[in-house]
Amino acid sequence: MLDPTTAKLLADPKYQELVAVRNSYSWICTILMLIVYFGFILTLAFDKAIFAQKIGDGVMSLGIPVGLGVILFTIAITGIYVRKANTDFDALKDALVKDVQK
Amino acid sequence: MKKSLIALGALLASGAALAAGADLGNTTQQATNWTAIVMFGIFVLFTLFITKWAAGKTKTAADFYTAGGGITGFQNGLAIAGDYMSAASFLGISGLVFANGFDGLIFSIGWLVGWPIITFLLAERLRNLGKFTFADVASYRFSQTPVRIFAATGSLVVVAFYMIAQMVGAGQLIKVLFGLDYTIAVVLVGILMMMYVLFGGMTATTWVQVIKAVMLLAGASFMAGAVMFAFGFSPEALFAKAVEIHPKHDALMAPGGLIKDPISAISVGMALMFGTAGLPHILMRFFTVPNAKEARKSVGWATVWIGYFYILTFIIGFGAIVFLMQDPAAYYVDGDLAKGLKGGGNMAAIHLANAVGGDLFLGFISAVAFATILAVVAGLTLAGASAVSHDLYATVIKQGKADAASEIRVSKITTVALAILAIFLGIAFEKQNVAYMVMLAFAIACSANFPVLFMSLMWKDCTTKGAVTGGFVGLIASAGLTILSPTVWEAVIGNPKGSAPFPYGSPALFSMTAAFATIWIVSLLDKSARAQIDREGYPAQQVRCETGIGAAGASGH
Repeated sequence: MLDPTTAKLLADPKYQELVAVRNSYSWICTILMLIVYFGFILTLAFDKAIFAQKIGDGVMSLGIPVGLGVILFTIAITGIYVRKANTDFDALKDALVKDVQK
Repeated sequence: MKKSLIALGALLASGAALAAGADLGNTTQQATNWTAIVMFGIFVLFTLFITKWAAGKTKTAADFYTAGGGITGFQNGLAIAGDYMSAASFLGISGLVFANGFDGLIFSIGWLVGWPIITFLLAERLRNLGKFTFADVASYRFSQTPVRIFAATGSLVVVAFYMIAQMVGAGQLIKVLFGLDYTIAVVLVGILMMMYVLFGGMTATTWVQVIKAVMLLAGASFMAGAVMFAFGFSPEALFAKAVEIHPKHDALMAPGGLIKDPISAISVGMALMFGTAGLPHILMRFFTVPNAKEARKSVGWATVWIGYFYILTFIIGFGAIVFLMQDPAAYYVDGDLAKGLKGGGNMAAIHLANAVGGDLFLGFISAVAFATILAVVAGLTLAGASAVSHDLYATVIKQGKADAASEIRVSKITTVALAILAIFLGIAFEKQNVAYMVMLAFAIACSANFPVLFMSLMWKDCTTKGAVTGGFVGLIASAGLTILSPTVWEAVIGNPKGSAPFPYGSPALFSMTAAFATIWIVSLLDKSARAQIDREGYPAQQVRCETGIGAAGASGH
């Protein structure tokens, strides 16, 4: 049923390993993002006072740096994933594909 | 002429604000602003020139749907940002910050967090499996006809609601920004978007989105920079001044009424997070790049630009408090703080443009705000047209035997039809409350499109019957529960307050769960011959997903 390249790849332990590693990487990133965002939103839903409290002597409340932190975290984790996937994982994948198509 | 006060305060008090989305509300026509009109005219001429250039390059179906797959990751990232940053998110969020401070930040975070999910789970899989539409991906190993019919329905419903909100927003905006008539705006937007898509296809649409994104980011950067400069780049100094003069004082720095109960908080959060991953006009952009690597880069850049933009809108909102409230004579109705901003609460960013950059910059920002709508509706039109021509016509009606020329012809006819429909709906909905429509589009996207896409990619036992049944369950549940929720039941239909049968801000928690559960159960119980084929197709799909072997390449540009 399967074409030979696909069958060969599926049976290749290196392919299986790449898929397993890359998928666990993306799932860990996904779960981290879910924790950060829903943690933020649920903290707000359950106790607004936490983010209203002051940090330092001025008007700055805890909510502002935390909120901006969530934005920066979102950008950072996306950037880290893209970098990792585009360098390490892609190099492994390219080597694998070249191998199989020989 | 200047008597206007947006019902933003009332809307927020209703507790439905988060669910309602940052809409533009009703506005009142202002004096004709020639600077803005001239600047917008220049933008239009420039984009039409690009469309003419793009038309010369648009020959094949691949050119029309995906710009031949020759867009780079960086360009596509800007285009995605241009597709996603709407006028409502620029003016609405800065207006929300202007009125409520911190709550505006909560809002913008919600609109951002869908992007990492697309990056981690979808971007490269979409690119490796798909060709023109997300239905290509969702139906990859399934029976084409039912899955395509579902995906096209999901796409068109999402596009329709999103489009109505944009058209009504355009009409409201032109009254305050240019001082022109509502109908002129709706007709103008309809005709321009039709021309971009009809003649220039994805190439023109992409460049309109890129130019708009650059203009919006540059303008917003200048405004935020000017505000920070005035306070010696000290956020504390800016916030201290805002707290001192804003009627809410210290409450500005704390969460207010935006997040109510935990159920609504989770549900709205899910709609925003997973809805982004089910928007057809966004998913379609991943087919414009040559390979998975560029697809990942696209979404990486898009996240950077959109996140940066939301930080800017937060600064702009606070800047507006400081600059506008200290000069009520110039920016408030009758110079009275109690009567609200001229043109409504969403004009905070527009007035700030005048305060920091004078008339010329005001004209520029007004033109940018309006151009923003054009870029978004062009993307929507193209997504709608490809759902009809590629999914319904070429695959369902012609069973995959349509020749490219007739497929393009159908998408062009659809583009014209969609433009006429959009103009008609824009005018029909002028006096209606459309605040819920963008959130409804997100609810349907996350409850219908996303679960089907996700399960077809990730779960080997998913079957045609499961995907289609679950998808329609999600679609009907999300639309039905939205009608029963306060934003429609009370604010639109006019039932008494507190009478809505579904009390939460968004149906996503329930409708998305229902969709996933249905896909799972129906697939498990599916013992048909087709189910056998569906499951056997998974290994080949997975290999192509993971490696890109056999993926549609760039079409030789």
